[in-house]
Amino acid sequence: MALAVALIVLVLGTVLFHFLSPWWFTPIASNWEMMDETVQVTFWVTGIVFVAVNLFLAYAILRYRTGRGGKAHYEPENKKLEWWLTIGTSVGIAAMLAPGLAVWARFVTVPEGAAVVEVLGQQWNWSYRFPGEDGKLGTTDARLISLDNPFGMNAADTAGHDDILVASPELHLPINEPVKLLLRAKDVNHQFAVPQFRVKMDMVPGMVTYFWLTPTRTGQFDALCEQLCGMAHFAMRGRVVVDEQDTFKAWLAQQPTYANTREVTAGDPSVGEALFAPCTACHGAQAQGNRELNAPKLSGQAAWYLVRQLQDFKNGVRGAHEGDVYGKQMIPFASMLADDAAIRNVVAHIARLPDQEPETTVFGDVEKGRKHYRTCSSCHGVDGKGIWATHAPRLSNMSDWYLARQLQNFQKGIRGSHPRDFYGSQMAQMADVLADDKAINDLIGYVDTL
Amino acid sequence: MAFVAIADRDHEHALHDPQSFIRKYIWSQDHKVIAVQYAIVAIAIGLVALTMSVLMRLQLGFPDTFAFIAPENYYQFITMHGMIMVIYLLTALFLGGFGNYLIPLMCGSRDMVFPYMNMLSFWVYLLAVLVLVAGMFVPGGPTGAGWTLYPPQAILPGTPGASWGIICMLASLAIFIVAFTMGGLNYVTTVLQARCRGMTLMRMPLSVWGIFTASILGLLAFPALFVSAVMMMLDSLVGTSFFMPAVASMGEPSRYSGGSPLLFQHLFWFFGHPEVYIVALPAFGIVSDLLSTHARRNIFGYRMMVWAILAIGCLSFVVWAHHMYISGMNPYFGFFFATTTLIIAVPTAIKVYNWVLTIWRGDVHLTVPMLFAIGFIFTFVNGGLTGLFLGNVTVDVPLSGTYFVVAHFHMVMGVSPILVVFGAIYHWYPKMTGRMLDETLGKIHFWATFIGTYAIYLPMHYLGILGVPRRYYAYSNSIEFIPPSVHEVNQWITISALFVAAVQMVFLFNLVWSLRHGKPSGDNPWRATTLEWQTPDTPPKHGNWGKDLPVVYRWAYDYSVPSAPQDFIPQNVPPDDRTPAGREHGVKS
Repeated sequence: MALAVALIVLVLGTVLFHFLSPWWFTPIASNWEMMDETVQVTFWVTGIVFVAVNLFLAYAILRYRTGRGGKAHYEPENKKLEWWLTIGTSVGIAAMLAPGLAVWARFVTVPEGAAVVEVLGQQWNWSYRFPGEDGKLGTTDARLISLDNPFGMNAADTAGHDDILVASPELHLPINEPVKLLLRAKDVNHQFAVPQFRVKMDMVPGMVTYFWLTPTRTGQFDALCEQLCGMAHFAMRGRVVVDEQDTFKAWLAQQPTYANTREVTAGDPSVGEALFAPCTACHGAQAQGNRELNAPKLSGQAAWYLVRQLQDFKNGVRGAHEGDVYGKQMIPFASMLADDAAIRNVVAHIARLPDQEPETTVFGDVEKGRKHYRTCSSCHGVDGKGIWATHAPRLSNMSDWYLARQLQNFQKGIRGSHPRDFYGSQMAQMADVLADDKAINDLIGYVDTL
Repeated sequence: MAFVAIADRDHEHALHDPQSFIRKYIWSQDHKVIAVQYAIVAIAIGLVALTMSVLMRLQLGFPDTFAFIAPENYYQFITMHGMIMVIYLLTALFLGGFGNYLIPLMCGSRDMVFPYMNMLSFWVYLLAVLVLVAGMFVPGGPTGAGWTLYPPQAILPGTPGASWGIICMLASLAIFIVAFTMGGLNYVTTVLQARCRGMTLMRMPLSVWGIFTASILGLLAFPALFVSAVMMMLDSLVGTSFFMPAVASMGEPSRYSGGSPLLFQHLFWFFGHPEVYIVALPAFGIVSDLLSTHARRNIFGYRMMVWAILAIGCLSFVVWAHHMYISGMNPYFGFFFATTTLIIAVPTAIKVYNWVLTIWRGDVHLTVPMLFAIGFIFTFVNGGLTGLFLGNVTVDVPLSGTYFVVAHFHMVMGVSPILVVFGAIYHWYPKMTGRMLDETLGKIHFWATFIGTYAIYLPMHYLGILGVPRRYYAYSNSIEFIPPSVHEVNQWITISALFVAAVQMVFLFNLVWSLRHGKPSGDNPWRATTLEWQTPDTPPKHGNWGKDLPVVYRWAYDYSVPSAPQDFIPQNVPPDDRTPAGREHGVKS
């Protein structure tokens, strides 16, 4: 009796929940409305079956519970009834399958003339490549990937020279233009998913996968990885910005081609030495850092990281938060460097400076810190020397008080909350793993031993 | 009457009931003891997996609260939880546990045909579990690659347990498959060769049909997992490139080249999809018998049920790539696999109709096993219907990788079979121990589990439609489309999960307490027709049947036969004035 009532309540509750649920598809931003429609069709067909079968079940329990009808009815088979049920079910299945397959036929047919963009996934971020003027993407090889060639471009293939490389997790697409996304992965399986687009596809190392869509709404959309790709899977975030045509073209024109990136010369340390003079006031002549002036040690830090931080300070990505008192001080100094060439020169000078061991100023439980560091080691390396591919700077042998303060800043949102600070926002999510300042001190205490 | 080789020569085999404690309970060759051994180990390791699910729910419901759950731990929990529940709990319990216990008893055999191999099967299974547990204590901890263990991720840095953990996992799986093969060959051969006289295939209880078919599926599907485990171990240890293309891991070029990650996925799901039915078919069979017994009515459409089991078994081998619609395989495969997947819904739906129609016009006794059986119908209808979303390639695309998938497979493959496991334990415990489980505790257990699990999984479907991705350690506030209400409902889900997990302790208590204090059950407390209830002793002794094997005269479902005074006629009762022949089909009496 109670069971029959419970079943009825569960059926009605489920139907109510369905209609009252605050969670439903995000507003669509692509041409795939028909996917939403097939979902709706499926909801109707399965919903009717769900209600009918379970209410009938509840009724059968109520009507035929023991003590009411006496003996059960002996009826091994009822061919006619069984056939009708089979036919009815088949019709319902066909009603769902047919529209599904019809939409799938469109999914597998990329419209002619669709623009092509390559999405390149890696642990734990994305970058993108446009074919450039010749409309052709150059060939690539995972074995060519290095700090200077993160896309693994094949230099011998001239078709790749005009490819436009977007070394940032933010992709811009023009509205109302069909685009075929070619997907490639450097290391492990990933997936490029934007919920508002509905369509998505895994990216698999060793092969090129694809899907297509037409963006139908301007705006910014989160790109997520939905294929487990390791420790920081949940923090792998990108952004797709759908622009009007002109805005898109302007954005694309700002991105460097592969040829451009190859022309970039190494910094000149002798030029950089002069540029470094103002820096010495705080960071010291040997870039050894100065705690009293809140200036961290720079010597020994990876060049690519210093370059990006200087660019970020200059472009307002870092130091923009009100709470970032010391970061703000850095902005005018970074702005004194006229262009990227100047930044590379000064960083080249820093790279020449001796890497002295800084003073230990943070003390914590090293054993506990070792456990915390397991999480960090995925990006920063077991030895704390940093890994360029994961955009993770060196931690070992750097100013420990500075590391502790940055962890606090990440936790408080003082650092890593700027919308264009993709790698900082990843670090902010990771910093949340540390429960309190004690955990931070334990961790840094361990990092000091590396 | 069918000629059955082993039953006709039964008198040639002398029975030696072992007397020493060790031969009787430890190195036992008695299928009933082996069944209990399997069940105890499966439930014990299942409790570990249950604890892990509690830990990951704590992290999801209350992120940043539990400092000891770091991202790598979370991924290790989800991996181990999934693998243990699917393989080491459900597969082992349904086949090694119920298969072992029920096949010889229900078929009227003395034991499995290869008792020594049956014993080995259990001990090798135990070894597999021990290697699995050992993998939790190696440097770097267990693997956190997700239960699907996809390469290249599973063996590259950046994934927890990518060196030692994954090797232990793969080794444990390979050992498990050895154990299963010894058991599976036994189950299949016993059903084919050792049925008693009169037990034609079309008179077998559906429990046996389900377990029998599932064992065949296992024998055909597990080798795919076995070879992929071996190949991945070679990739990891020796440096072969079966599944490994040229990659740049952490910015460094690797030694691999030319392998195919998708090959692993095909092999894994060629095993993985039949695996769903390796768990589901025994559940289908067992629940059919529970419903029929407690509704005092013949199972409706027996022959259709048997053919449906066989049809599902065959079809289950041609649907695997519906797990891979957006894996990057050629998208044209989607047409084929969506069609086969939706076709499999037809025999499955027939089974559901026939269960409901068995209750219809029955004499329904709402005993504890019956509550679980009916609860199963509800959860299975729910989980089966959401399968029609994910099986239909177009509908799958926006939903795959989200919480909709989590909700679907937990309803259909977690909650549904486990409700059958519980129902079956309440049903057969009296035969195994001679005592009834406590009914009040059983009802508490049922209601809390049934309602509690629905409270966990119903909202998850809608989070999935919103697009909330699964396998995320935390949901940063910076994901714009995820509103705060998602975090709130995650807390509620966690609270429900804690509640459901806690209530399972009531069940464990009941299992232990009733051993001593349960009401004595007698030989056939449910007044059931099948052979296991007709044994001369309860619990049955070694050899099951005393001096003479039973002889079967009718199908397994002669409940409420018209003009019979009692509402059930056991299978071994010959037709008579007071026990008229039933109107079974498929056999001429």
